[in-house]
Amino acid sequence: MKKTLFLTIAIGIMLTSISWVTARYSAEELSIEVMTEPKEVNSTQEESEIAFNKMMDVLTHQRCINCHPSDNVPKQGEDRHPHRFGITRVNSMNATNCNTCHQASNNDYSGVPGAPEWSLAPEKMRWEGLSRIEIAQSMMNPENNGNRTPEDVMHHLTEHELVLWAWEPGVDAEGNPRELPPVPVDEYIEAVKTWIELGAVIPTE
Amino acid sequence: MISFTINGQLLMVDVEGDTPLLWVIRDLLDMKGTKFGCGKAACGACTIHVDGEAVRSCSYAVKYAEGKSITTIEGLGTADNPHPVQQAWVEEVVPQCGYCQPGFMMATAALLNKNPNPSDEDIDKNIINVCRCGTYYRMRKAIKKAAEINANSITNS
Repeated sequence: MKKTLFLTIAIGIMLTSISWVTARYSAEELSIEVMTEPKEVNSTQEESEIAFNKMMDVLTHQRCINCHPSDNVPKQGEDRHPHRFGITRVNSMNATNCNTCHQASNNDYSGVPGAPEWSLAPEKMRWEGLSRIEIAQSMMNPENNGNRTPEDVMHHLTEHELVLWAWEPGVDAEGNPRELPPVPVDEYIEAVKTWIELGAVIPTE
Repeated sequence: MISFTINGQLLMVDVEGDTPLLWVIRDLLDMKGTKFGCGKAACGACTIHVDGEAVRSCSYAVKYAEGKSITTIEGLGTADNPHPVQQAWVEEVVPQCGYCQPGFMMATAALLNKNPNPSDEDIDKNIINVCRCGTYYRMRKAIKKAAEINANSITNS
C-alpha cells in the first residue's frame, strides 16, 4: 500500500514537473524550431510593416497633415484648426497668398512658420481624414504624386526641406515651441528608406 | 550688408539678417508710413510690396530683401500724382483714425495688379487686414472705385 502510494506520488511529481517545464520552456524552443523557415519570410514583412508604421507615425502628424487638407482649407496648430483669416487653396493664386506671411524660414519674431517652397500639398495629395493605408496608396500612386517613382518618393520624403521642416517647426505666435513629430528625424529617414527598399509594400487592412 | 531698392532708391543696410524688414523701414530708414500693428502677420498694417507682391513686413526677415525692389506707402504715389488706390481712398473718405490704412492701400494695390476688376468675393479673399474703426464698407467702395480709375486711366492713355 505504502509502495503504491509512494509510486503514485512520485509519478505525480514527475508528471507535474514535466508539464511545468514544458509550459515554461518548450513553447519558445518549439516556436524557434517550427518557425525557422517562415520567420525569415515574416521578418522581412515585419521589418517592412514596422518601418511603414514608423513612417506613418510622422506622416499622420499635424506637422504634415495640416498642409494636406481634404477640404482645401489649410489647418493650423496642434489642434488642427482651420487656418485663420479664411485662407483657402484659392489664395495660392491670389494677391494675398501663402507667401504674403510665410517666407523661406521660420520667423521667431512673429511666430509665423516658414520653409522653402512653403505651400499646400497639391489637391490630389489630400491626406486629411484618410487611414494610413489610404495615405500610402495615394502617396505611391503616380497619378496623385506627380508621376514620382518609389525612389523619387523616397528622396522627397527624406530630403525635401519643406518635409524636414517638421523637425524644426519653430515657435508659435505666443513663443511656444511647436510639437515635433513622434519619431526622431534620423529614425524616420531610416524607416522611409527601409520601407521603400523592401518594396514599398502597403499592409493590408 | 544687405542691399535693396526702396521706392526707387538703392540702399545698403548693416543689420542682422533676421531683423524684420518693418523695423528697418521704420526705425533705420525713418519711413513711418508703414505701421506696426500686431507683429504677428495677422492684422496687415505693415503690408508693403516686395517685387510687386504684398508681404507682411513684420514677418519678413530683411535678408530676404537682398537685391529686391520694395515699395512702401510713401512710394505708391504722391500728393500731386496719387496712385488710383490713394485717389479712391480720398474720394470715398475711407479713413477714420487712419492707422491701418497704409496696409489696406498696399494690399489693395497688390490685388489690383493681379486682378484689375475684383468681385466682392475677391475682395473678401484678399483684403483680410484688420481695421478697428470698421471702415470696411467704405473700403469696399474705394476698392471698386480704384479699379474704375485704373480702367479709365488705361482707356485714356
